Formats: sequence, structure tokens, C-alpha cells
Amino acid sequence: MKTASRLERVFDEGHFAVTTECGPPRGSDPEVIRKKGELLRGSVDAINVTDNQTSVVRMASIASCAILKEMGLEPIVQMVTRDRNRISLQSDILGAAGLGLNAILCLSGDHQTFGDDPDAKNVFDIDSIQLIELVKMMRDEGKFPSGKEIQGPPNLFIGAACNPFAEPFEIRPIRLAKKVDAGVQFIQTQCIYNLDRFEKFMDEVRKLGLHEQVKILAGVTPLKSAGMAKFMKKNVAGMDIPDDVIQRMADTPKEEQAAKGIEICVESIERLRKVEGVAGAHIMAIEWEKMVPVIAEKAGLLPRPDISVPSD
Amino acid sequence: MIMGEQKPLEVILGMLAPYDKIVLAGCHGCVTVCRAGGAKEVEILASSLRLAREAEGRPLEIKEVTLERQCDPEYLEPMRPYLEDYQAVLSIACGAGIQFVAEKYTSTVVLPGLDTTFIGVTEKQGLWVERCQACGDCVLHLTGGICPVARCSKSLFNGPCGGTTTDGRCEVDKEIPCGWMMIIERLRSLNQLENYRKNLPMKSWKTSRDGGPRRIAREDLME
Ligand code: SF4
Ligand code: SF4
Repeated sequence: MKTASRLERVFDEGHFAVTTECGPPRGSDPEVIRKKGELLRGSVDAINVTDNQTSVVRMASIASCAILKEMGLEPIVQMVTRDRNRISLQSDILGAAGLGLNAILCLSGDHQTFGDDPDAKNVFDIDSIQLIELVKMMRDEGKFPSGKEIQGPPNLFIGAACNPFAEPFEIRPIRLAKKVDAGVQFIQTQCIYNLDRFEKFMDEVRKLGLHEQVKILAGVTPLKSAGMAKFMKKNVAGMDIPDDVIQRMADTPKEEQAAKGIEICVESIERLRKVEGVAGAHIMAIEWEKMVPVIAEKAGLLPRPDISVPSD
Repeated sequence: MIMGEQKPLEVILGMLAPYDKIVLAGCHGCVTVCRAGGAKEVEILASSLRLAREAEGRPLEIKEVTLERQCDPEYLEPMRPYLEDYQAVLSIACGAGIQFVAEKYTSTVVLPGLDTTFIGVTEKQGLWVERCQACGDCVLHLTGGICPVARCSKSLFNGPCGGTTTDGRCEVDKEIPCGWMMIIERLRSLNQLENYRKNLPMKSWKTSRDGGPRRIAREDLME
């Protein structure tokens, strides 16, 4: 069954899709999210809103998505299993669909020790793969895991994340296959800086035929400075930034490094676009959202297809 | 075995502040093996407490005792004759033992001298590591003998998450080996990777603590 997701339409019509993500405010002011939404309007097909990413408390993803939706934008609600048990997840899945959201990204979430509340109890009642199965069951079978029927199943386009760069590498395509088995329809990858390794990953993905069963959006993040590149390489688990990329940034005068970061990002998109099985780009520029339209423009991804999604 | 760690001396001294005559009770069970609450630790703790209280000018009288097990009723009985002469029992058994003392001697103040931490193994001398969370429905046959509940920081059933480091560590802490990395390596060496290929369904946590305090009733053993 088709959902009302604009992203799903973009794929169906054979376009190379573009998504991005934004972080909600650390406060209750809806203007913050509206401003970000306005910056992104017209440059992307859908906008993820993170769910207390790195375990730092922010406005709820569902609420922020509702604000974007009100503006006529196409949000993707992110949902982590770290903070909710299956009761809360089912309820939020219904709530998201009830608010008119059309897509969900199923994640397990960063461990709470990374955030401001390391003393919190974590939940992890289920994991991201089981969350995909849960959404799919609720949508396609119209049933809760309890077996009870749902009055008005949630019609959500189902996504998940994938990190091709985390150990153990050989297992990553297989883990993607597990997500496909679970029912995932689109994948957004971790930021790709090591393109050679990503291409090898995609070779395996194609061997398993996964690219024909799931839409893969290649994740990219513009580097702001050589310092940021070094910091990310060192401190972000599962982040693979090759030395030559860092060198290119470091060889650039400080005031021009941001522009160099954009240039590298655009080059990456151009190369990723040619990889068989890559169906779109996921441009992550958290707290640098204004660069997303610039990158999309330079990478030749504009204008975005004009798709009028039927209001249901 | 059940692992524990003695509470910091200042914390214990704080709890003991109102008292000047106590029983310090160790246990010959698990906490002896993990060197936290056996006879030797009773002796050392008692002398540290005495010294500290003497320095404060408020001497503390301590009766030292180490029971066979604090989690079995029969081994708790020997304390009965003298307990009345003391104001409190400081127990350095695990949480179960400490509670059982409190349960058997209802009018006695019982204080915890030990923080009970986990069910684990002695990896090498001086290093104990968690292995099991007593989930009540063991899945080790599916995961190469390595527990996803206790050894993955997120208790994932279909790991690994995207946070495994290049040297196979968990994103949470460099000291923690990624449980899923180990599961996969083990399954591979057992030629059982097909176990991994299948998605493990949502687990029922009913058998774990989430189902409320648990009990095992064996009619065949009850009198
Ligand atoms: S699966 Fe459950 S019972 Fe088995 S080792 Fe893990 S926590 Fe313990
Ligand atoms: S890095 Fe490994 S052990 Fe740590 S949470 Fe992820 S899968 Fe679990």
C-alpha cells in the first residue's frame, strides 16, 4: 500500500531524492523550528526532525514535525527506542499519523550517557529493527502486537539509518538486509567521507539485491573547518573521515575552510549519485541548515520535483 | 556469582553516626569470592571503622561475624542470641543477604555496607565483569553464548548499533567490548552466522524484573 509521503512519491516517479534533517530547539519556541523550515523550503523533498539526538533534551520530534507540517513542509519523524517502551512507541506512532505525518525513521538512539542526563534509566524495550517490524505490522496488518485491531492504522513510509563505516564492516550489509526483512523502505546512511569504502559497501549491497528492495539515501555533512573534521574523526564513534579529506581542509586558509567543506560535500554528492543503488542524498547540516539550499543548488539537485501529494 | 563493592568508608561512617555498638556481618558466599564482603573484609573494615571513630573521640564497639550465607534462613539463626545487645547490624553481604537479615530480625536496624552491582565472572585476578541480567528467558543458544541483554549497552537483540568503534569497543565506553561484535565473531567461528541473519522478535520482559518481583516455587522440594 502507498502512503501519502512526498518522499515515497519522489522515489516512485524515479527522481533522485533529497532529504535533510534539523534539530528542534532546546526550548519551547516554535519560531526556531519555523525559521529552519523556511530556510529549507523548496530545497529538499522531506525534512527529518531528530529525536533528542545524542541524548540531549530538545523539543519533541513529533511536535516539531507537526509545526513543519503546518507550514506545508514534509517532515519525517525520528523515533528512538531509548526512551520509550512498546506501549509508548505504539501510541506515538498513532499520534504521528494522527497529526498527518507521513514518514518515520526508526532508530535505537544514542546511549543516554552522551547527553545531559546520564543518570536517566534507559528503556530499549525493543531495538530499531523490531521498531520497523512494529510500524509495519501496525500499518499493513492493522494490528497491535497484542493482536488487537487498530481503528485507523497509521499509514507511514518506513525508514531507518545505516552506518556502513562502523565495525564489523562485513556485517553491515547483512544488518541492512535484516532491516529490509523487517520492512524498511528507505535508508539514510551515516555521513560519508570515505567514498571508496562506501562504494565497496554498495557492491555488497547490490550483491544481496538490497538496492532493489530499499531506497538508499547517501548521507553527507559539510565540514565547517579542519578542526571539526579532526574532532569528529576522533570523537564520533563509527565516523570515518580519511586523512586526505582532513588534509584538504587543513591546507585551506582558515577563513576559506567552510567554503572548502561545501565544495567537498558537493563533490561527494556528485560522485555518490553515480553509484548504482543510491537513490538520493541526505544532507545533514545540523545548526548550519542555511547551507542545505546552497549545497543542493551547487550539486544540481534543484529545483525539486513539484509533487502535489493528495491530502488525505 | 553476585558481585558487590564496599561502600566508601565515609558513607558507612555516616550511616553509623547514631550508633556506638554494632554487629558487622560478612558472608562466606559470592561476596567472599569477589573480595568485598568475606571474613577478611569484615576484619579490615572493622579496624578502619574503629580507628576512624576513635579519631573522632566516639569509639565504636563492633562484633565481627561472617555467616555461611546470609541468604539462607538457617545460617542467620546463630546471630539471634546476641543481636539484642547491639544497636544495628552493618551487613556487607549482597542486597539479598542484607534484606534477609532485616527480614529475620524485624526489630533490628540493618544497614548496607556494600553496593551490590551485578552477576558476573572473575575475568582475571582483580577484574570482575558483568555477564547476565537474569532476564528469566535465556537466549544464549541463539547468540553464540554471549548475552545481548547484559553485554550490549543497549540490550539490542539485533545489533550491533552504528556506534561500534574500530577496535571493537562499545560507543559508551572504551573499556566495554561491544557485545554484538563478540556475538558475531563467535557465531562466525561456530559457523552459525545464519542465526544472525534471522531477526530476533521483540522479547517478552515479563520473565525479567519488569514482570514484578519474581519467585520460583518448587512443590517437589517444599515440605
Ligand atoms: S539471555 Fe537472560 S538469562 Fe541469558 S545470560 Fe542474558 S540476561 Fe542472563
Ligand atoms: S556499540 Fe555494541 S555494545 Fe555498545 S550499544 Fe552498540 S551494539 Fe551494543
